[in-house]
Order: sequence, then C-alpha cells, then structure tokens
Amino acid sequence: MLYDIFIDPFVQMVTMPDFFLQVLWEGFVTGILYALIALGFVLIFKASGVFNFAQGIMVVFAGLTLVGLHEHGIPAYLALLLTIVVMGILAYGIERVVMRPLVNQPDIILLMATIGLTYFLVGFGEFVFGGEPKQMIAEQLGLPTGSTAFEMGERGLVILQHIDIAAALIAIIMVTALAIFFNKTRIGRALRAVADDHQAALSVGISLNQIWAIVWFAAGLVALATGIMWGARSDVSFALEIVAFKALPVLILGGFTSIPGAIIGGLIIGFGEKIGEIYWGGLVGGGIESWLAYIIALIFLLFRPQGLFGEKIIERV
Amino acid sequence: MFYREAGQFKTSYEADQSLFPIRQDRIGIAVLLLIAFVLIPLTANDFFLTSIMIPFLVFSLAAIGLNVLTGFAGQLSLGSGAFMGVGAYAAYKLTSIFPDVNVIFLVLVSGFFSAAIGAVFGLPSLRIKGLYLAVTTLAAQFFLEWCFIRIPWLYNYNASGAIEIPKRDMFGITVSGAEATPLARYFVVLAITVVIALLVANVLRGRIGRSWMMIRDMDIAAELMGIRPLQTKLLAFGVSSYICGVAGAMMVFFWLNAAEPSSYSITLSFQILFMVILGGLGSLGGSFMGAAFIWILPVFLKFIPGTLGIDIPAETVEHLTFMIVGALIIFFLIVEPHGFARLWQIGKQKLRVWPFPY
Repeated sequence: MLYDIFIDPFVQMVTMPDFFLQVLWEGFVTGILYALIALGFVLIFKASGVFNFAQGIMVVFAGLTLVGLHEHGIPAYLALLLTIVVMGILAYGIERVVMRPLVNQPDIILLMATIGLTYFLVGFGEFVFGGEPKQMIAEQLGLPTGSTAFEMGERGLVILQHIDIAAALIAIIMVTALAIFFNKTRIGRALRAVADDHQAALSVGISLNQIWAIVWFAAGLVALATGIMWGARSDVSFALEIVAFKALPVLILGGFTSIPGAIIGGLIIGFGEKIGEIYWGGLVGGGIESWLAYIIALIFLLFRPQGLFGEKIIERV
Repeated sequence: MFYREAGQFKTSYEADQSLFPIRQDRIGIAVLLLIAFVLIPLTANDFFLTSIMIPFLVFSLAAIGLNVLTGFAGQLSLGSGAFMGVGAYAAYKLTSIFPDVNVIFLVLVSGFFSAAIGAVFGLPSLRIKGLYLAVTTLAAQFFLEWCFIRIPWLYNYNASGAIEIPKRDMFGITVSGAEATPLARYFVVLAITVVIALLVANVLRGRIGRSWMMIRDMDIAAELMGIRPLQTKLLAFGVSSYICGVAGAMMVFFWLNAAEPSSYSITLSFQILFMVILGGLGSLGGSFMGAAFIWILPVFLKFIPGTLGIDIPAETVEHLTFMIVGALIIFFLIVEPHGFARLWQIGKQKLRVWPFPY
C-alpha cells in the first residue's frame, strides 16, 4: 500500500517519460483553460467586488451564440463579430438591470444575483439555441485541427494537438493584452482606481457605471475565447458550466484579485489534477478529478488564507 | 388594529422571554398548526400532498438548517446538498443494518453522521472567511458526491447505483417505501419539521444562538468578549448539518423513495441557498416562505400553459420556467434584499398602525 502511494507512481514517471510528458502537456492545457475562466472572474471581482458565478454560463452562452449564428448561415468571421456585439449588449444589460440597482449590497446578495443570472441565461440559452450539444466551428474560424508527434529518441513519442497549442498561444496573447490594457490605457487606469476605492474613484470623475459595463464586456470577451477553446476540445454544451466550477479552486488558490494569480493557480490546478488522477487516482477508484482541485486549494489556503497573490487581509475591530 | 401588542403587560421574566411573547403571534401559530395538522389532511388530495406539501416541508427544514449556519452564524456554505445526502445515505445504511428499529428514530440518528462530517468540513472556517469559505465548502460538495458514486458499500452494491427505500412500518402503519400512503408520510414529515423548527427557535434565543450571532456580527469582537470561535463555529456547522441531514433523509424516505447521487448535487445546494436568501437571512419564518416560493413557483408555472389552453411543448415550458425563476430571483433581490421576512415585518408594522398611519 505504502509502496503504491509513495514509490510506484514515481517509478512509472521515470520509466515512461513520454507518457509523463504527455500528462504534463494535458495538465498544462487544462490549466490554461481553467486560468482563462478564472480570469473572467478576477476581472469582475477586481472592478466591482462581485463574485460572478455566471462566468461559467457566459462561456457556454458565448459559444452557443457563435455556433448558433453560424448554423443560420452567417459566415464564421461575421458570426464572431456578431457574438462580440451580443456579449457587449449582454454586458450593458447586466450592468443596467442587475448590478446598478444592487450597488452597496452585501457580497452574498450580489453572489445570489449572479446565480439568478445563471438560471436566467441557462433558460434563455436553451430556449433560443436548444439544449443539445453542438459542434464548435473550429475549422471555419481558421483554427488548426491536426496534431504533431514528437519523437523522443528510443523512448516513444508525445502527441500535441494543434488546437491545444493555439489555445495556449491565445491565452498568452489575451493575458498580455489585458496587462497592457490595465497598465497603459486611460480606461485601464480608471479600472484599477475603481478596484482600489469606489468613492475615491467617483470623486475624481470616473463613471462607475461605464467602468462596470466595460468590465463585464471584457469578461464577456474572455468568456467567448474560453468558449471557443473549450468547445473545440469537446462540444459546446451546458455541461461546460460544470467545468466552470473548477475555476473556483483556481481562484481561491491565486487570490480573487490577482491576474497572475489566476494564471499560476490555473497551472498548479491543471498539473496537480492530471498527475494526481493518472498516478494516484487508481488507488481510490478513479474519478478524483472532480474534487482534487478543491483539496489542493484547501491545503494552500490553510497556509495562506488570502490565496497565493491575494491582498493581505488586515482586520480591525 | 388587528395586530397590536398594546395592553399586553409582562409580569414575569418567563413571560417576557417566551418564544412567542405577543398574543396575536401565539394565535397565528396555533391557527397555522391547526391548518397543517387538521385542515390539509382532511381536504387535500394525494397530488397536493406528495408534490407540494411534503417537498415544501422537507425543503423548509433544509433551509432552516442552512439558515442556522449562514443567517445566524454568518458562515456562507454551498455544501448543504451534500450534507443532506450524507443524512440520506446514513439513514439508508442504518435501516438496512437494523431493519427492526423504528424508521423515524433512524432518520433522526442519521443526522448525527451528517453533523460529524459537517463539523470536519467546517474546520477551514477557522482560518478562512466569506467567499473563500464558500468555495471551500464546495470541496465538501464535490468530495461527498464522489463518495456517493464510488463507494458501493453506501448503496448496498445495487446495480443501479441508487438507493431504494424499503418498506417500513410504524405502529402498524406503513410510513416509508413505495406503498406508504401520502397522508402517513405527510404526518411524519410535518411532525419532524415542526418539532425541529421549535427546537431551533429555542436554541437560537438562548446562549448558543446569541454566541452564533456575535460571531456573525463581528468575530474578533466576539472573541474578545469570551466567545470561543472554534467551538462556536464548529457547533454551528454541526447543528446546521444535523438539520440538513435529517431533511435529506426525509427527502428520500418520505418523498422520493429512491435517490441517486445526482439528487444531492450542487443544484440542490443552490436551491436551498436561494430559499434562505429570498426568505430572509436570519429568520426561521423566512425559511418557510423561501421554501414555498422556490419550490411551489416552478410547479405552479408548469400548469399555467395547460390551464390557459395554450399548447407549448414541455421542453419550452421548462426553459421558460428557468428564465422566469432566474428573473424573479434577481427582481426580489433588487426590491427587497432582506427577503420575505422583511416584507412580513413591514406588513406587521403596517397592521400595527392601521388605520391611522400617522
């Protein structure tokens, strides 16, 4: 038993390095995708303190809109543009109808409002596009679909799906773009000001409503990118919403307010989950992916309650 | 005019501290209990009992359980569905091991298993607060759900992977299993719910309940005043999980007859959290109102197209129900973030000053 837990997995890793590398790559890609979902959460939490549970369903909704529009005969790139417009309208609507009347409410009320929003979007998405899974239009969007095998000398080979490489590249580009947006542009600086202190931001003439609409729109764009990538790997269906729950341990691991935290947290969870599932999962009957991420996050939290990169919590009576 | 406590003087400490100090409240509760115990059994048909009253009572109890933790002790939890599942599976195992013991006793005992597991998953609450804690309770949700699927011992190695409740008698009346009449089930569920609700109301106004509220309002200040956070928080987790566990056991024993792991999924946790929030955090009466709203509204919505004579496919109705429920939740949160309990208070105040509001 002890041998199975402490020695055997490592022996396997050393004797089959090609398989181990494949597992690492899988972990890397899932980690990137978790990080993308977590990024959407962080954007909104930073700017408005709202814990946006609807991010998962926004991913599904964006993917469904894209595929649904394409099915109605609209060319892929035009459908992409239209989806961006739809996400913009959605962002404005959420800000106007849900968030503005709930300003200054306690966290839990805002959380419940976003869960209510989730219900609404689930119903709306199914009502408009139907509940059955759809195929993502990866080829039409010009995403690569093949795969490359890397020979590792005598040891075997590692297979990389092109779509995964594209996903990683897009994620890196998005994060860089967001970092530049936050640090170099006028709106980005306004966003950070709002995140620091709502009242101070208001008093120097920043429009909170406008900023929130922009933030929800940015989160919508991240959701769209995530939806395309996840959708290309599996199908576009409401099951993806479950995947979004995996982004929550990523969040508490990285800290709710930190963009680098979301990325690094995503990678830790991605690697940990895949390695844990493949080398140790068999010992307890498999399927431990559903909760391993949470346990990893919990262990980290016991040592750093604010997450790896979260702001230090200072409490006063 | 009708609801005025003027002239009701308290002459003893007991009278002042009693559970229902106002006479109108006592009458109101008595009338409600009379309706629940006499009027509904006499008039209701089986459909009303099985698909409205029994689930309503079960969910009310679960909402009370979560309200103890979230509304009174201030610890946000998203794992209540899984704790209900623990109660259900524990009760199922107990009744398979001891088939001759009274099933109600076993249902009540199964809550203790849930309480123990709840206390273990409450441990992070000592270091983690607020939304971070909510996410860690999801660990309980997903881990326990996995246990229900992967440990075949829990469901007696059934091929279907579900638990099926055997027939159990009490005083010669069948109360659980497929043959039990809705009326017998209704009485059992009603009795358990009422007794636990009254017990909780008593705990809440005593020392324990007040220490929970101190922790909720400001934990550091409470600690400085001599409340031990460890014991108090874990007790809140334990009591809350006990109540949720009993509710979960009742859910499968007296309502569903069979349950799969997916019956206790995260959807259930969210539903119960909605009942608590919409009903009103920190209000027992609100838990009942929230449960009524969240459970009865979708049932009601299902029948609207039929009665209006419009032919809409069942699927569409379901999607529309989702949309309407989601929109209504947001609407109520905007209109009254403190829930139905606050609306009820406002109503009482209006009754107090009526008909001369100035």
